[in-house]
Amino acid sequence: MSNDPATTNRHGSAVITLPSDTEYLVTRVFDAPAELVFKAYTTPELVKRWWGFETSEWLVCDIDLRVGGEWRFVVQERDMEVGFHGEYREIERPHRLVSTEAYEGIPDPDANAALNILTLDERDGVTTMTVLVQMPSQEARDEVLASGMEGGMQVSYNRLEDLVAGGLG
Amino acid sequence: MARTATTTDVFNAVAEASRRHIVDALGDGEATVGELVDRLQISQPQASKHLAVLKAVGVVLSRVDGRHRWYRLNGPALKPIHDWVRTFERTWNTRLDRLDDLLAELQHEEEQS
Repeated sequence: MSNDPATTNRHGSAVITLPSDTEYLVTRVFDAPAELVFKAYTTPELVKRWWGFETSEWLVCDIDLRVGGEWRFVVQERDMEVGFHGEYREIERPHRLVSTEAYEGIPDPDANAALNILTLDERDGVTTMTVLVQMPSQEARDEVLASGMEGGMQVSYNRLEDLVAGGLG
Repeated sequence: MARTATTTDVFNAVAEASRRHIVDALGDGEATVGELVDRLQISQPQASKHLAVLKAVGVVLSRVDGRHRWYRLNGPALKPIHDWVRTFERTWNTRLDRLDDLLAELQHEEEQS
């Protein structure tokens, strides 16, 4: 394990911004080559080691990594099965992966699936990852909004934090 | 689906694009209705209507100075939204910190072999 302080300092550094009414964007930097991050995202044995929660028991972890191929993750969380699945739409290893993501816990998951656009930009062995999640429609957005997960602020999180902290009174 | 009125819920109050533009604009400092109309290219009645909604949920405050009414942002009223983003961000951080640890382990394994 590297003892480079940069490595240990990256924990908790993912940033969420909300670029539009129907999207959110996750940004995170890793001290690893893009190829390795891509591999960790698309290899079942590796996905099982990070994707769920510490307490997740894996039931299904299927990845058919080709355009039109499907993926499905199901984990057991206490007495509840939590499942997601989708289809790969674009694969440009190791820099870009576009896939759908349907949450199986809602009615008609596929009609309400999100589109996830993963990009990996490597500079000198350090990779900046972005995941842009596009919700499918105003209606789906409203479902999310009604459940208390507002997705509509254009003010970026960082800006919002300044506003809240500063009070701007 | 039951929705709370725009005038009682900060989430719904800022769920409208024009009102978010006003929030963004007021983030730069106090402004009059006229300044917001100029900057955002909306009509005065629209601007006044949106400001009224934002005032009703406390996101915007106003004061009168001579002939002008100045509007400003009340940051703490946005806290529920801020808190939601933070909660969501924490969930992602938990997952990505695990990925971070895994990548470190994999690189360590590669160095060993």
